[in-house]
Amino acid sequence: MRLSASNLTIERGGRTVIANLSFELNAGTCLEVTGPNGAGKSTLLRALAGFLPLCSGAVSLSPAPQETLSQLAHYVGHADALKTLLTVTENLEFLASLLDAGLGGLPVAEALAKLGLAHAANLPVAYLSAGQKRRAALARLIAINRPIWLLDEPLTALDAGSRGLVRQIMAGHLAQGGLIIAATHAALGLKGQELRLGAAS
Amino acid sequence: MTITGPEKNSPLAALFLRDIRTGRRVGGGTSLGIVFFLILVTLSAFAIGPDLLLLGKIAPAILWISGLLASLLGLDRLFQADHDDGSLDLLLLSTTPLELIVLVKCLAHWVLTGLPLAVIAPVFGLALNLPVSELWSVTLSLLAGTPALTLTGAVGAALTVSLRRGGLLFAVLILPLCVPSLIFGVAAAGASETSLVPFVTPFLILCALTLIAAVIAPVAAAAALRHASM
Repeated sequence: MRLSASNLTIERGGRTVIANLSFELNAGTCLEVTGPNGAGKSTLLRALAGFLPLCSGAVSLSPAPQETLSQLAHYVGHADALKTLLTVTENLEFLASLLDAGLGGLPVAEALAKLGLAHAANLPVAYLSAGQKRRAALARLIAINRPIWLLDEPLTALDAGSRGLVRQIMAGHLAQGGLIIAATHAALGLKGQELRLGAAS
Repeated sequence: MTITGPEKNSPLAALFLRDIRTGRRVGGGTSLGIVFFLILVTLSAFAIGPDLLLLGKIAPAILWISGLLASLLGLDRLFQADHDDGSLDLLLLSTTPLELIVLVKCLAHWVLTGLPLAVIAPVFGLALNLPVSELWSVTLSLLAGTPALTLTGAVGAALTVSLRRGGLLFAVLILPLCVPSLIFGVAAAGASETSLVPFVTPFLILCALTLIAAVIAPVAAAAALRHASM
């Protein structure tokens, strides 16, 4: 699978945040989107996920799949999308049912174990630390298989050990021919390219 | 009561379960709604005074206005919690149409708020000296009418989803739209064997209003939510 974006222009609140951006991404590679605060990294990811309309330009996948890009993508934003009243397992089981794209995935318990959360599986999310919540949010990446990962600052709040874990999981996804587009300040050290966005005009 | 389900439900069943679970764990959402309903009914009774004949005559109206306000309680937060914690984005990534997701969220909310109100209403009706023959018509009219209130409210909740203090705007937007349901609801609830209009006429219109809301509201709310996530 190959993702190509051509001449993307994205506005937010009447202000052009991204103008005429083009890039291509091959299967098994990661696009690290870097740039100063306000450069439009999150905006780009939200537009790719289909939450923001494109003012011009197009994003296409080849070979063209039946599903839309947003149905093939995982999006992990700044918010963890976990219900604090439900346990980690309940949250993930819900997301696994909601986002199931018919491509399989790890059982919830196994996905949690891979991220070192086996001991917290039956705790309400409200009792988790910021880093544990982050890992619980990232666990859906492996609990539900989707080929394109859109990650907004995936390593925020994680300690050194967990960062290594997440990098390993991301590398595993690339090895299976997946695509990752990640906005990041810390280099991920994955196979791929860097897209540097300039400061907003 | 604990609700357990198979590991992989259909997306809509999973969403329904999740909303029921969060609604129940948020601190007795259902019982709080019923207490609010009781307080409204009691306040009206105190305001009107000890005229039993008058009270019995306007009891359907009191029950319906109280039920209306109680069923809108917390409805302005229907999508806001999902918006705040980022779940709304994931609802958009699902292969399930957002319109159906809205419909299921409304159903879960109604099961937690509207349904208990309709069930408990005859008890409060007795307290208001409502004739025994009219007790069942109050319940039936609330059963048929409150889903329309929830569905209409969902549109307001979707429109005000990104506002910090959207509660008042929500009420101003939604309460006028509840007028048709209120009119036919009270007419159905107050109908008895001796009244001019039989129960069935306003009741069928009430059902029609609910069905219309079930068709239009999810589409409108989904459109508003898509815009809100921008």
